[in-house]
Amino acid sequence: MEPKTAPEKFIVPIGPQHPALKEPGHFEFTVEGEVVTNATARLGFVHRGMEKGAENRTWVQDLYLMERVCGICSHVHALAFSLGVEKLAGVQAPPRAQAIRELVSELERIHSHLLWLGVAAHEGGFDTLFMFSWRDRETVMDLLETISGNRVNYSANVLGGVKIDINEKQADAIRKGMDFLEERTQHYLKVVTEDETFLGRTRNIGVMTYEQADFLGAIGPTGRASGVKRDVRVDSPYTAYSDFPVNLVTHTHGDLEARFIVRIKELYESYRLVRELVDKMPAGELTVKVPRRIPEGEVISRVEAPRGELLYFLKSNGSDKPERVKVRTPSLCNWSSVLVTAVGHNLADMPMILAGIDPCFSCNDRVVTVNRKTDSTQMDWEDLRQYGIEYYK
Amino acid sequence: MENLMQGVMEKVKTWARINSPWAIHYNSGSCNGCDIEILATLTPRYDVERFGIKLQGSPRHADVLICTGPVTLQSRDRLVRIYEQMPEPKFVVAVGSCGISGGVFQGCYNVVGDISEVIPVNVYIPGCPPRPEAIIHGVVELLKSLQP
Repeated sequence: MEPKTAPEKFIVPIGPQHPALKEPGHFEFTVEGEVVTNATARLGFVHRGMEKGAENRTWVQDLYLMERVCGICSHVHALAFSLGVEKLAGVQAPPRAQAIRELVSELERIHSHLLWLGVAAHEGGFDTLFMFSWRDRETVMDLLETISGNRVNYSANVLGGVKIDINEKQADAIRKGMDFLEERTQHYLKVVTEDETFLGRTRNIGVMTYEQADFLGAIGPTGRASGVKRDVRVDSPYTAYSDFPVNLVTHTHGDLEARFIVRIKELYESYRLVRELVDKMPAGELTVKVPRRIPEGEVISRVEAPRGELLYFLKSNGSDKPERVKVRTPSLCNWSSVLVTAVGHNLADMPMILAGIDPCFSCNDRVVTVNRKTDSTQMDWEDLRQYGIEYYK
Repeated sequence: MENLMQGVMEKVKTWARINSPWAIHYNSGSCNGCDIEILATLTPRYDVERFGIKLQGSPRHADVLICTGPVTLQSRDRLVRIYEQMPEPKFVVAVGSCGISGGVFQGCYNVVGDISEVIPVNVYIPGCPPRPEAIIHGVVELLKSLQP
């Protein structure tokens, strides 16, 4: 038998059921020895057809459907949707409602970033940090439960305002919780910047330069770790962010360590904002009346989810149901950056690089067309739907 | 004699199974809410490992399949495959309203329906999402039903 001269391609398939991530996604890494030379992803396992489903439900029912686009950042989805509907209806939520919306957004960011810190540490084999950060995350889960009654899907928003209020007792609990978390977060910042073993897994791994991040459209903490100065809370403040502004946190290295640092420093910003909000909460009504039928028109509403910019496009035809709801979620924008930065790294670094963008499958699984170099097809919404129906037959 | 040995072996196996069930988790279209609550049951405050319950990576080592979410057309075949890869006897726990009835996703074009339409389910845990205490209670009920 003749020895082979050309090196053979070896593909490592991962997923959709795999121990590393808790959500289904399928990846194929082409490896040469230990080094990854190509990476592809197949998503869509949790595509449920929610945008189409939203067209069959009324505006109020859609609020609860949209909250379940993603269970981790459920509040921002409902917030973006209700901000859009309010803009279409020509009403504005009262100042107290806006402040409570921002408060819940920031509490949710704290829970999401602590969750990510744990999961990312778990992918790096650092289970102690995983257990510690999830233990401390229970503090903020308790606070969310105290003010909203539910640990995960809080349902804080209604069209035209919020349905939860903060009293002095709850405000005290929040202040205490923030003090505890701030102390713990100082410890975590020390761990991720000083622990030698952990730095071996993060420093100079998965580096994305500013040019790459800009070109690939990386957003949120992933982009900010590469120096992309983009944050909807700063660029176009919504709810109460103009009264309670947030400071932009960026880093220049673009490696995994920078992503840890940016997210942990954003936690400090959130603690500061939450404290300011409970101290200077404006008084007043919680809701304004929104008509059942929303006037004809189109609107785009943008909010900053924990993972980056979240965009909603709403089109109304004047009835009590939307004509079109389009959601563009941050995880989808960050996928291309993962597949590019993965090349040239060891296979063992893949879970960390994948987790580095804080991927969220349930919110990014929607229809995408890929324009290849050889063939590029353009399909409109109707074609895509038909294609989907034919494909699944 | 052989019958006696077999009987003893069965008893030992049941004892071991009740005291240390290994679970596998699959998300067949959930919104993540239930998944993060399942993870929360493993972390220090709830810590199900003290009951011997351990989350496993491979279906071939698992006794209990914990499913979340409605079943989408894409993940249906994968769910059935994971179920068939598990060794007998196997048990299925459906977590969350979507796994029971389809929840808010009823009628979406890519959703097949609830989990029992695809594989047999032993325990249902309602809630959107259920609290970690409820998930622990559901698993304990399952283990109780295994007592001879």
